[in-house]
Amino acid sequence: MMKTLLSAVALLASSLAMAAGSNIPLDKAPIDLTDKASLQNGARLFQNYCLGCHQMQYQRYSRTFADLDIPEELGMEHLMFTGEKVGDHITNNMSAKDGEKWFGATPPDLTNVARVRGANWLYTYLRAFYADDSRPFGVNNDVFPLVGMPHVLQELQGVPYKAYETRLVDGQPKQVYVGFKTDGSGELSAEEYDRAVLDLVNYMVYVGEPTRLEARALGYKVMIFLLIFFVLAYFLKKEYWKDVH
Amino acid sequence: MFKNLMSWIEYRLPFMDKMNLHVMQYPAPKNFNFWYFFGSLAMLVLVNQIVTGIWLTMNYEPSAEGAFASIEYIMRDVDYGWLLRYMHSTGASAFFVVVYLHMLRGMMYGSYQKPRELLWIFGMLIFLVLMAEAFMGYLLPWGQMSFWGAQVIIGIFGTIPFIGEDLTLWIRGDYVISGATLNRFFALHVIALPLVLVILVFLHIMALHEVGSNNPDGIDIKKDNDGTVELTEADKKFTFHQYFTRGGKKVIVDAIPFHPYYTVKDLVGVAGFLLIFAWVIFFFPEGGGYFLEPPNFEAANPLKTPDHIAPVWYFTPFYAILRAIPHPFMGAVAMFAAIVALALLPWLDRGKVRSVRYRSGIHRVNLINFCVSFVALGVLGVLPAEGLYTLLAQIFSFTYFGFFVLLFFYSKNENTKPLPVRVT
Repeated sequence: MMKTLLSAVALLASSLAMAAGSNIPLDKAPIDLTDKASLQNGARLFQNYCLGCHQMQYQRYSRTFADLDIPEELGMEHLMFTGEKVGDHITNNMSAKDGEKWFGATPPDLTNVARVRGANWLYTYLRAFYADDSRPFGVNNDVFPLVGMPHVLQELQGVPYKAYETRLVDGQPKQVYVGFKTDGSGELSAEEYDRAVLDLVNYMVYVGEPTRLEARALGYKVMIFLLIFFVLAYFLKKEYWKDVH
Repeated sequence: MFKNLMSWIEYRLPFMDKMNLHVMQYPAPKNFNFWYFFGSLAMLVLVNQIVTGIWLTMNYEPSAEGAFASIEYIMRDVDYGWLLRYMHSTGASAFFVVVYLHMLRGMMYGSYQKPRELLWIFGMLIFLVLMAEAFMGYLLPWGQMSFWGAQVIIGIFGTIPFIGEDLTLWIRGDYVISGATLNRFFALHVIALPLVLVILVFLHIMALHEVGSNNPDGIDIKKDNDGTVELTEADKKFTFHQYFTRGGKKVIVDAIPFHPYYTVKDLVGVAGFLLIFAWVIFFFPEGGGYFLEPPNFEAANPLKTPDHIAPVWYFTPFYAILRAIPHPFMGAVAMFAAIVALALLPWLDRGKVRSVRYRSGIHRVNLINFCVSFVALGVLGVLPAEGLYTLLAQIFSFTYFGFFVLLFFYSKNENTKPLPVRVT
């Protein structure tokens, strides 16, 4: 009976996991919020490639600079382009209406995108663009089919396309999909591009919850306190209950 | 001087006497086990919700335009705002965890049986108000799930024939969920319902202290003082408030004063609970997407329906029953009946023996059936209602109600074990 129960639960749990994802298996993004260099590079990439259309309207520049160990002067010089103040939110000047007109849908705010989609989704999505002439911007996406977004990182990655090879399947030569390739026009190698995307995703994970490291650090202290409190409470109880037993 | 002041107060407001009555000289059975932690833990979580809630309101803005941004402001710009918010959001789930376990305790040991029916009814009222409180609180962040979850739940009222449409209009205060809905939910969430909740908790405890606590053996610890009760050394050790001995008409056996014995014991429970609670708050406050659902990190958008709308986990057992019935209104009736059936337990259970320890094998199996059905419905309520899931939800809804029907019939002449004279 227990076994059937457990397998029923396992069945339900696995279908639960299926329901949450798309049909493309997501690559695992090895996020490291303590890697300040990665976060700084991610912030740089975001400011240069994403901010034109996507805002982080709940995050302030000053917060990013402080948490990423970026001196304010340097940050203002290299990461702020349109004369905002350092305490301002990370916004752009594209109206929602224009966004909808140009892309079919208003580009979403990205402050919390890592919490909505998950790091693995973002990491896979940004590496899943491929050339598709039927689309208005010439690219489609495996993770988000028919997405309205152009491949803004194309100058880094080059033009990616879906590569097919002729292979023998059951004795018959067939065209088999073997993954993404690029035309080599990008500034970065395939490994460098993955690394850059990871930095960008790392940064978006950070912005989704800028207090993550603070929470973790405080959490360990609280847990140690509570462990001691638990032991003391246990012995206090034992002492009092000597009267009862 | 101090003594005079105290007696001056005591004469006008017998504070010490009431403290003795309810705390220092309240007789609690000495055999409370693990399951008896959850009452005090529910109180702890209630206090947590009220205190963190007060601080959250200091920076929250109850408007459709500002609500989502103000939550992000709390999470990012308010000192320890993230901690207050996570304590509150995790606290909501923790509240239902401890309340469900508290209710299960009552079911296992027959704590709803005579003379504790009213106590159980107050408990069920607390549960109802708690669900309303949680539902309205969930709208306040004004995220996608807030909006669409509320849409679904308010829609349930819309299935009522004739008045449904007008009723939903009245609840929302608008033709759609809007700022007007948010404002009234905010008012109800921070003032009206907490006030009702606190009053009900007070009544719950007063009703408990009047009839006395049940225990895992389900036998009375207050015996008629007819000279047949043999008191042990331990029984003579403690003094209890004369209110409980009814002027010598009752003798109290196997009891200990609530304070200090259960206050120190509950402290261990509190420490254990806080270890788990803090672990969630600090290390995975989203609770795997069940305490804070991922779509809720996106601001409410009335024009964009999420792919899959699921209410928060603590509603899903009842939500699964709702969806299991093909007819919307009958589904709503079934869902409501699932709660009413619980409230009617004192009368559906016609047994004389309280604790599962001394009840029949069929009762044990039935109780397990109830737990399995409830958990299975909870899981199914999260999943999309299609194919096999709908069938399973129907089966488990059937077994859920089956628990009550079976109980009603076998409890009349149940094959129970002999009760011990004294608690074990």
